[in-house]
Amino acid sequence: MSEEVTSEILTTHILDLAGKGKRLDGRGTDEYRKITVEHGFVTSADGSALVRIGDTAVLSGVKLEPGKPFPDTPNAGVLTTNAELIPLSSPVFEPGPPQPGAIEVSRVVDRAIRAAETIDLTRLCVTPGEKTWVCYVDIHVLDHGGNLIDAALLAALGALTHATVPAKRFGIAAEDYPLEVLHYPVECTFVRLGETIMVDPTFDEERAAQGRLTIATDETGRIVAMQKGLVGAFSPDDIKAMVERAFVHGDRMRLIAKGGVA
Amino acid sequence: MGSVGAKDVPVLLSPEGLRIDGRRVDELRPIKIKAGALKHADGSAYVEWGENKVMAAVYGPREVHPRHLQQNTKAVIQCKYNMAAFSVDERKRPGLDRRSQEISKVIAEAFESVVFAEEFPRTSIDVYIEVLQANAGTRCAGLVAASVALADAGIPMADLLPAVAVGKAGGAIILDLKKEEDNFGEADLPMALVPQSGRLVLLQMEGHMTREELAKALDMGVAGCRGIYEVMKQALRDRYAVTPGPEGSA
Repeated sequence: MSEEVTSEILTTHILDLAGKGKRLDGRGTDEYRKITVEHGFVTSADGSALVRIGDTAVLSGVKLEPGKPFPDTPNAGVLTTNAELIPLSSPVFEPGPPQPGAIEVSRVVDRAIRAAETIDLTRLCVTPGEKTWVCYVDIHVLDHGGNLIDAALLAALGALTHATVPAKRFGIAAEDYPLEVLHYPVECTFVRLGETIMVDPTFDEERAAQGRLTIATDETGRIVAMQKGLVGAFSPDDIKAMVERAFVHGDRMRLIAKGGVA
Repeated sequence: MGSVGAKDVPVLLSPEGLRIDGRRVDELRPIKIKAGALKHADGSAYVEWGENKVMAAVYGPREVHPRHLQQNTKAVIQCKYNMAAFSVDERKRPGLDRRSQEISKVIAEAFESVVFAEEFPRTSIDVYIEVLQANAGTRCAGLVAASVALADAGIPMADLLPAVAVGKAGGAIILDLKKEEDNFGEADLPMALVPQSGRLVLLQMEGHMTREELAKALDMGVAGCRGIYEVMKQALRDRYAVTPGPEGSA
């Protein structure tokens, strides 16, 4: 019972604070927690990044292997994104096959990477119809402090921007070469708490929220993916305002992802 | 989207501004809804929308399976969106795939936003959506069918949920994409509206748009949903209206 009762009390408190434009951790409504990106965290991967947004930690590793292209896209490489919400990262996750929450994270991140044309898939092709690079983006949530989608895409982007194509190891070229990244999609997530819209929700804020909206932008001014999640609703005017903020936060996060300063 | 290696891209918008099937940019495909299409479900509805054919059934409030999902303060809403193997050109392998699971999740969350679930603690309201024939926009067609089915089952809710996808194809923002427009277009933006509050409870986007295009798409989608709302209400009236009395009121 304690879990249910404490979360109920906390939810009421978070909503009360939100009504005054305040948050439990003292942030402003339009303020992210501290973001850090550590590139090359896992040396066994061809590219990797550990991203922290406050006490949320997400690790992404990229692996490239030769494989066959899909029959309907013989000239293109293959990109697959997978997210695991492992029980290590939160008492709310259980072992077993991926649950809808994990599938949603993978698919929303995958859509943003794909729609932004982050990597040119045709450049991954080795022999049309026969041999191509398959790019696996695996995302492990290590510590679930809320806002997993933003952290997951940032980690995936961090891993891709510093990835090496292991061409020498697989005897495809004489030397390994860096994976070329063309665009920088970044996701920005908001929640509605009462009538207040807040960016970068914590775990407890997500639990109290009446709707969550994720907006992915790229550096050229395009919106490249959106996903409304959780129970709740947003007005079209709220959505338009969030889009504007998503570009502002997105540009800052792109700098961080590329290895600049926060 | 997915235009890598694509060939034979059809002309999606004529110089006169007409679409591949002759529709204007803000025109819906023909939509027919039948409330109460199944005998054994607590509530059901069948939707034909363009070339989509979708059946939805609602069971409950009933016991929760699996038991551990039971909630002490409200009903859980469990949704299963499924595509029949023969519903698409190339046979779809039956069973759970990641796309279906994601769609089931966002549809369940949309309904949780309007159903008065707290009236039925420790129960489950099970929503089954079966896509029999698919031609783009199946999650919206499924949501519309399920919403009418919930009403048919007598589940109390704040409102019906009309839904439609807006997209971008041939450079224009268009309402209610059909298959070619979805496959060869630039963006797909499905949404579901709570007509009474004017708020959206489902919103996804695949592809890319500028913010000006998005603003236009949102307004077009909301207007489209309001049109579908009327068809949904009429379907329920058709099923439940009593024979007109001498006054002739329907």
